Amino acid sequence: MSSIPMIAQTAGGGAARAAQRGLGSERRGRGSSMRRPGFLTYGFLGAVILGSVFPLWWSFLVGSHDSSVISRGVPLVPGGNFLANASTVLDSIPFWKALGNSVIVSTVTAASVVLFSTLAGFAFAKLRFRGSKGLLVFVIATMAVPTQLGVVPLFIVMSKLGWTGSLWAVIVPGVVTAFGVFWMTQYLRDALPDELIEAVRIDGASMIQAFWYVGLPAARPAAAMLALFTFVATWTNFFWPFIVLDPSNPTLPVALQLLQAAHFVDYSIVLAGAVLSTIPLLLLFAVAGRQLVAGIMQGAVKG
Amino acid sequence: MAVTDRVHTPPPTRQRPPRDRRVKRLAFSRKVSTWDVKLSPYLYISPFFLLFAVTGLFPLLYTAWVSLHEWNLIGGQGDFTGLENFRFVLVQPFFWNAVGNTFSIFLLSSVPQVVLAIAIAAVLDANLRARTFWRMGVLVPFVVAPVAVGLIFNNLFADQAGLFNELLTGVGLDPVRWHADSFASHIAIATMVNFRWMGYNALIFLAAMQAIPRDVYEAATIDGAGRLRQFLSVTVPMLRPTVIFVVITATIGGLQIFDEARVFDQGGLGGADRQWQTLTMYIWELGWGQRNFGRASAVAWLLFLIIVVSPLANFLPTRRIADQGGRR
Repeated sequence: MSSIPMIAQTAGGGAARAAQRGLGSERRGRGSSMRRPGFLTYGFLGAVILGSVFPLWWSFLVGSHDSSVISRGVPLVPGGNFLANASTVLDSIPFWKALGNSVIVSTVTAASVVLFSTLAGFAFAKLRFRGSKGLLVFVIATMAVPTQLGVVPLFIVMSKLGWTGSLWAVIVPGVVTAFGVFWMTQYLRDALPDELIEAVRIDGASMIQAFWYVGLPAARPAAAMLALFTFVATWTNFFWPFIVLDPSNPTLPVALQLLQAAHFVDYSIVLAGAVLSTIPLLLLFAVAGRQLVAGIMQGAVKG
Repeated sequence: MAVTDRVHTPPPTRQRPPRDRRVKRLAFSRKVSTWDVKLSPYLYISPFFLLFAVTGLFPLLYTAWVSLHEWNLIGGQGDFTGLENFRFVLVQPFFWNAVGNTFSIFLLSSVPQVVLAIAIAAVLDANLRARTFWRMGVLVPFVVAPVAVGLIFNNLFADQAGLFNELLTGVGLDPVRWHADSFASHIAIATMVNFRWMGYNALIFLAAMQAIPRDVYEAATIDGAGRLRQFLSVTVPMLRPTVIFVVITATIGGLQIFDEARVFDQGGLGGADRQWQTLTMYIWELGWGQRNFGRASAVAWLLFLIIVVSPLANFLPTRRIADQGGRR
């Protein structure tokens, strides 16, 4: 798409970032209007953002009050009961275990998706082999296959392996994704110059060395984004973990759902749990939200 | 293909291999290198294909096999029953109810979502101050898990004293029975889906808008088109490929909707009369609630057919649009 990755390789990361900034400011003028937008635009956007954030704020409001206060109508200022509600949450569901499981599952999945997708992307983008075009088309086509519908046999396979209830059952089906392969192929095609591979090959590097010392470093920006998206998708995934995991050894969404079964009437507890379970990803968003935005927008242009 | 292969692989030498040990070793390492070049690509792409075969393709095909049998969650495979499971499922009112609910929720979530996402993208495309702040702001819901979204909106849409009903009665309207009335429950669940994905799709549309060449707008301005006219006659037509991309993704995801509807009440089966039971929830109820894997598989296959047919139905008009001078 752009020469940024090339600059990163030849002139270092700082130069690449500077070039990126330059690109960004060049784009600024390309909106449908050059003049500064007025009050209406900001008002509309403000309303949209209010709508995006309000449910979370509401959840915190309800979760910070006593259920007796809630029953008389939710006040618009937070109460002082959040920690008490949170500790009820910790008593009702295996929260820490679920948090640990979610961290393990999401981290392992993100790491393996990045590794295997980059490996496959390197092959599809840069190596010549018989049938590569057709195989890549096949990979892309599988994105449209609703594999979720194979849950029944997948469950049968997992119980034959004795994996039901274990984190392996959640991790293994997700270790590489068609989207990841496609994404890395697209990126490496432009970001990694053929000459670079040829050069290290002439220097006597094997294929896997070429991948490790040239392919992987070039793929770093796209790999980081892929890791981020895989992490969020795995963390928020519910259907399959809900089917295959036990309530005693859940991931966060599976545990969260137990809260409603245990405390249906007491919304202050349920929503305190919703807030607790959302905090980790909100922290991630605070750190890497900018990259998420950039990733979605790049994917849109390429896909 | 063959030609490019030859670039990498030196042609095999006809002459007899020399006796010298060094040369022999050289020949061996060259052979290894040839194998390296030839096999490595297949090795690198194999993890995806292996995994897809084992956890994607095989389960899908095996679903068909299971659907032709009596099959219990605990007891395992039973007698071959032919199409009996399909016959049973197709005469169940709950099956057709689930088909209707799934499509109703899908339409209520996808159509407003695309329209609103384009509107938001158009506003984000303006020459804003603090662009990154606004873009990140609309993306916040994306990091909230669907289950958490479901729990929160379940409270907002509570039949008694929920915030939305309070607002409705506040302005003098009747409260809506979100958890009793079928259509109302679909609106509530579609709202959750829209909440989570609207900003995400807006960013996709924003990227597509920024890829529209500037001179097209200049030409439109010279032709005397106002800003609204430019939006409707230039921006929207140029966005068609992206709209189609978003609609197809939304179809594949939307027809499998489960999480938000599952936590919309305590029971998780879609209400007392299954007012909001979707097809995926019906599969779960048959397979894990009633432990009947045979029937669950029959429904899974039927849903599979529905999903495969729907994008095709989307794709055909797409072709027409693309031929009429879409972007690519």
